Amino acid sequence: MTTRLEEPAAGLPEEKPLPPLGSVGLLRWMWRQLTSMRTALILLFLLALASVPGSILPQRGTNPIRVDEWLAQNPASGPLLDRLGFFDVYASPWFAAVYLLLFISLIGCVLPRIAQHWRAVRLPPPPAPRRLSRLPHSREFASPREPQDVVGAAEQYLRSHRWRVRTGQADDGTPWVAAEKGHARETGNLVFHVSLLFVLAAVAIGGLLGWKGNVIVREGTGFSNTLTQYDAWGGGRFVDPDSLAPFSFTLDRFQVDFERADAQRGAPRLFEADVTFRDTPAGDPVATTIEVNEPLDVDGAKIFLVGHGYAPHVVVRDSAGEVVFDDTVVFLPQDGNFTSTGVIKVPDADPSLGFNGLFLPTASRDQIGAGVSTFPAPDDPEVLLAAFRGDMGLDSGVPQSVYTLDTSQMVKVGLESIRPGETWTLPNDSGSIEFVGLDRWASFQIAHDPGKELALLAAGAAIAGLMLSLFVRRRRVWVKALPGEAGGTLVQIAALARTEATDLTADVSAIADELGAPAAVEERSAE
Amino acid sequence: MTSVQLAQASNAAVYASMLTLTLAMIFFAASFASGRRRSTATADLPARIAEGAGGTAVITRPPAVADAPLEPGRRSANIGMSLTWLSFFTLLVGVVLRGVWAGRVPWGNMYEFSITAALGVLGVFLVMSVKRDLRWLGLFVVTPTLLWLGLAVTVLYTEAAQLVPALKSYWLVIHVSAAIICFGAFTLAAATAGLSLVRAGVERRQGTTDVRGWTSRMPTSERLQVLTNRVVAFSFPLWTFAVVAGAIWAENAWGRYWGWDPKETWAFITWVVFAAYLHARSTAGWRGNRASWIALAGWVAFLINYFGVNIFVNSLHSYSGM
Ligand code: HEM
Repeated sequence: MTTRLEEPAAGLPEEKPLPPLGSVGLLRWMWRQLTSMRTALILLFLLALASVPGSILPQRGTNPIRVDEWLAQNPASGPLLDRLGFFDVYASPWFAAVYLLLFISLIGCVLPRIAQHWRAVRLPPPPAPRRLSRLPHSREFASPREPQDVVGAAEQYLRSHRWRVRTGQADDGTPWVAAEKGHARETGNLVFHVSLLFVLAAVAIGGLLGWKGNVIVREGTGFSNTLTQYDAWGGGRFVDPDSLAPFSFTLDRFQVDFERADAQRGAPRLFEADVTFRDTPAGDPVATTIEVNEPLDVDGAKIFLVGHGYAPHVVVRDSAGEVVFDDTVVFLPQDGNFTSTGVIKVPDADPSLGFNGLFLPTASRDQIGAGVSTFPAPDDPEVLLAAFRGDMGLDSGVPQSVYTLDTSQMVKVGLESIRPGETWTLPNDSGSIEFVGLDRWASFQIAHDPGKELALLAAGAAIAGLMLSLFVRRRRVWVKALPGEAGGTLVQIAALARTEATDLTADVSAIADELGAPAAVEERSAE
Repeated sequence: MTSVQLAQASNAAVYASMLTLTLAMIFFAASFASGRRRSTATADLPARIAEGAGGTAVITRPPAVADAPLEPGRRSANIGMSLTWLSFFTLLVGVVLRGVWAGRVPWGNMYEFSITAALGVLGVFLVMSVKRDLRWLGLFVVTPTLLWLGLAVTVLYTEAAQLVPALKSYWLVIHVSAAIICFGAFTLAAATAGLSLVRAGVERRQGTTDVRGWTSRMPTSERLQVLTNRVVAFSFPLWTFAVVAGAIWAENAWGRYWGWDPKETWAFITWVVFAAYLHARSTAGWRGNRASWIALAGWVAFLINYFGVNIFVNSLHSYSGM
């Protein structure tokens, strides 16, 4: 085994001094504990452990609806877990505590090591030890050349192979060369750890200066980048939501295709949104497409296609035959076959009309007769409607979701299913509703993250540093030229690794070959 | 070839590689059961030691590097290695044909991932065995790989189909190929870590590193730990890269590079656990058995990500095709 010079021997327990009395001493002791390798190790464990619950419990950030469901199903434990932040793990104080402590420890650990490394790099390699044959990798042979020649050749060879070289003479006049290689290992390690700090900084920048919004756009309609147009929007503390880039686009057509073969039947095969884009309201219209994996880049923001669904087109007439509603309505898919639910609100009818709807692109009935879709494409579309009449509560001042109908003040009028082209004449002279046809909608995520380039850069630096740190071997070699017995020179070469289990035979042999060692000399190993 | 023939040929190749692997397992097991104990660096070399003056063994190669050759059951171990190579290439044919059949990289569902992952495990093992003698490890690589393939062809089998649009990206190729090599390497690291724990237990009980019994056929626990460290040191940067490539892909597909989706979370946990392993290897009191346990924990985290998240959790990444 090779020796590690600076590390305590394997398996020896670390000394554990008691905390000293006195506040300065105590603070220093605490700091030393926090920045020790053992603490770093424990904090890494804690970080791994703290990440687990967020992958098991639903999270508000990604799936707020499932969180509400979970809370409803677990009235006992739910609220307590909620208060402890288990539904928002990665933004919870205890998760932050773990990673902030880890990064404080990291800074406290890395700063002194940078200083130390800075000094070490500029130090020349240490002189040759007295007895080279004691070192783990060594070799000895006789050479007819002069000692100075041998040492000179060794020095030249080592320099040209990018070793850091120092020459000198022992007390008895024996010339030697000392060389060292592999400081890049520690450099890489430090670069890696510092890069992690930059990754964290990039995430923080994205959190504070970035924003992200979601919007559903129906075919034939448009979107412009202002806060009011978003269905959901979230931005960092330093984002001014009133000064978003003034771009806009209309969704001209949305194309989808689904697998029809038996294997993975119904799986999506193509999504493509054809849009007309303007970067300012007065700008030139540009026709382009947005696809999954191929977002549209605008002014530092990116427009991603994230979902789609159906928007049936309906026309509602009042009892006099006047059109009171003529539009497409977004229905939200509930399963992989796009069984979708939606609500049609007709406040202009008198009294107001409201419909709870179920849309089935390929209509079928399950065992209990409820409507389900059996394929995501509109092979046999049908919409099931429950009609209500009365006060929808739109004037109450409380904001309402467009996807729910408050029927508490309404009277049920009837239930019917209709296909494209069909009209349902409502009972009691309440008017009629016509299912004209189908449009689609697409949902977009529009995101701006000013930290992501830094994150990528830092991640790249981290990987580069890591590779240096793990693959470079730090090592020293020495060459000594002693006067030989028969007039020539006795050349001694030895190497010492400063990283675990490193084989330096190749280094020693290369130098020996360079200095003209006979091929069949045996190597000595002090293992 | 027609599509059906391609499919049949791919399946036949996978079954053939399982058959070869079964034979390899039998030969590896035979090499374990027969013969004398493994020679450690000096124990079995009394004659040569006597030659060396003053107790210094003078040998041509430092024993720290060359794992002492496996004396017992050498023949059958060699046959086992050859069969493992054969199995690897047969499986490679199966995976490639599967890709030709599907008209894309063969990583569209869990069956395809699994056969490619098995290829990764065998590949990393064989590449490592080129430079060092790993015949003693064969049994412990071949057996789990065989079980894994068995699971793949029975439980996970899916007909080939095209990719869902979110998976259509060249980042898929980069991300997944890195992850598959990592899976192979982490599996090997888990095998050597597990063996080092077993061996360390035997060494402790017998009070010597020159043990008797079946564990005598493998290197010392300390050598096993060093080997584990080597493998993790190779795969950790690659895993870091795989995670970063995944983040780039996620940024392209979903508009954020990191969203704590369960799959991402478990990739992160795996990463942190192996970072902890590398730390442990440099922390006094942790570099031995404790570090081995951490390496095993990292591998378990990887498996949880593969099985648990694909099958049980509602994730953006659920593409098991089941
Ligand atoms: C964000 C948390 C951290 C992560 C992910 C991390 C990761 C790693 C990894 C993967 C290695 C092995 C590769 C290499 O040598 O470069 C390593 C080594 C090292 N880390 Fe960290 N580290 C973290 C925090 C810390 C902290 C807080 C300290 C100080 C106590 C520290 C001190 C060290 C040292 C001294 C080494 C070199 C060990 C050796 O000589 O092999 N690290 N770290």
